[in-house]
Amino acid sequence: MRKTISILLCLVSGIVHASSEVGGLDRVHIDLGDEVSLQRGARTFVNYCLSCHSAAYMRYNRLGRDLGMSDEVVEENLMFASDKIGDLMTVTMSVAHGKNWFGVAPPDLTLITRSRGPDWVYTYLRSFYADEGTDTGWNNKVVQNVAMPHVLYEWQGTQRAVMEGNEVVGFEIQKPGTMSVLEYDDAMRDLTNFLVYLGEPVKMYRGKIGLWVLLFLGILGYFTYMLKKEYWKDVH
Amino acid sequence: MQKLITWIDDRFPLIKVWEEHMAKYYAPRNFNIWYFFGSLALLVLVIQIVTGIFLTMHYKPDVNTAFASVEYIMRDVPWGWLMRYLHSTGASMFFIIVYLHMFRGMLYGSYREPRELVWLIGMLIFVALMAESFMGYLLPWGNMSYWGAQVIISLFGAIPLVGDALTEWIRGDFVVGDATLNRFFSFHVIMVPLILAGLVYLHIVALHKVGSNNPDGIEIKNNKRPDGIPVDGIPFHPYYTVKDIFGTVVFLFLFFLIVFYAPELGGWFLEKDNFTPANILQTPPEIVPLWYFTPYYSILRAVTWEWLPLGAKLWGVIAMGMSLGFFFLLPWLDRSPVKSIRYRGWMYKTALTLFVVSFIVMGYLGTKNPTHVDLLWFSNKTWSQIGLFVYFAFFILMPIYTTLDKTKPVPERVR
Repeated sequence: MRKTISILLCLVSGIVHASSEVGGLDRVHIDLGDEVSLQRGARTFVNYCLSCHSAAYMRYNRLGRDLGMSDEVVEENLMFASDKIGDLMTVTMSVAHGKNWFGVAPPDLTLITRSRGPDWVYTYLRSFYADEGTDTGWNNKVVQNVAMPHVLYEWQGTQRAVMEGNEVVGFEIQKPGTMSVLEYDDAMRDLTNFLVYLGEPVKMYRGKIGLWVLLFLGILGYFTYMLKKEYWKDVH
Repeated sequence: MQKLITWIDDRFPLIKVWEEHMAKYYAPRNFNIWYFFGSLALLVLVIQIVTGIFLTMHYKPDVNTAFASVEYIMRDVPWGWLMRYLHSTGASMFFIIVYLHMFRGMLYGSYREPRELVWLIGMLIFVALMAESFMGYLLPWGNMSYWGAQVIISLFGAIPLVGDALTEWIRGDFVVGDATLNRFFSFHVIMVPLILAGLVYLHIVALHKVGSNNPDGIEIKNNKRPDGIPVDGIPFHPYYTVKDIFGTVVFLFLFFLIVFYAPELGGWFLEKDNFTPANILQTPPEIVPLWYFTPYYSILRAVTWEWLPLGAKLWGVIAMGMSLGFFFLLPWLDRSPVKSIRYRGWMYKTALTLFVVSFIVMGYLGTKNPTHVDLLWFSNKTWSQIGLFVYFAFFILMPIYTTLDKTKPVPERVR
């Protein structure tokens, strides 16, 4: 009996492991407690991403509240696409325009880290390279023939892909941008960090609430066990 | 207080019901850990109904607003995220509990005479639960919701002659669309829950008529004291109520651990592809149902023998139906003179172990591409076919190996 259970447990834990592999993506360190990083990421997001991509399930004031910014600060620094603090973070560019310019409408980014994972986003943002064979002049290691141009090339500079056959194995900076490689990696980590927050704002709090719930259940468990023991004294 | 109870009791059998089902319902005194899952299943049903009521207040069953309304619940509705995670975690936990509950029945022969009806009603609950979760899974209108529903509904198309008309009738459209979403919402929030509640009631009534089985598979009613109370029985209340309260707290601890710290459980409880809105033009790279359906999905995909009359797809669907159907027949397939695995021989023990392994392996393979090799040596499809063979052999050969199996003598009293 016990043997059967332990075999089952082994199998189940094997299954859980199998799903967490990261294939060819760089790991990113996510820390939703790092408020400054989240604020920097938010600034990059509204300045560079929000002109084409919406975050249409998120409201500006919620973002300000969670990231330690007053409504005034949010209105002055982050709200370029809207005029009411309670608005959703929609985009002014229409879907038709997007399709016209890029071939596909830029997707909404609210849940991008939940559907793709933070490592994917982080790697994608750092993997643009110059490619004369495409319409925009840019290509990406993570999404071959991507429709999106490299919006942040001024920061990163222009990269050339080091190829091995048809596979991109590395990058070389051809023309440096305004940031060093490390600075750019940091900026993209902040942006990814912010996108993880954006995907699930409550992730910042649920762990803290959960601790109290589990603590309560732990104590309740002790008392209910003692109660059970007391009643069952006369059974055996 | 006493006056009030008397007043009610004159008009309603309050004391009688309480005594028959709680205070004077005598349960065997040797229940082990496997016997928690019945009361836990009831607990999860209540969690699903209560959280479902709150979700229904804010959810919008419309293809243009469904996905956004779920995110609205996650962000703008106070404690909406908690309701949603309780509901999504509850769905998976429901199946974990029900699978363990069914496995308990197979360990100790709880489906055997005189509990055949308890088992059959339980199986109907299981089928209703599958329908409930399948329709609930469409509601968030994520891309996997959409394509999952598309694939499963299209299975009915394999039925000769009426197949295509039937799928159209189920969807209310030529593809999964607004009509489908609306009717699934209606079935999910009212029709199937009503059926479930009714079946659960019948399950308990039938159980209390025949009395609970136990890990020794001994009928405690055959050994009564002069006052008619089974020697090995103890009243359900207070003994099993206090025990189940403790079990409930332990379960809730694990449950909330997932809700607060890993609501997606690495993609097993909430799939990544379902965080993208449904898109008819964009098929996910791998269409897979949630984990609790993957063993049956593997069975469906394992049948690829095109030489079968009327095509492999139809036989896949039949095999999937039969994989459930055989569970209904268990009380009559099992010919062993003993009920509990404690007194059975090596044949049943081996058969049950192989069955469980095949079920779990097929569950894993149901999430993988059939042409890939994720286990040793063979492709996933080949392993699924081996799993399918083992799964059906367990049932088909059961009358033979349970007759041949050498059993141990069963004691008079429970251990």
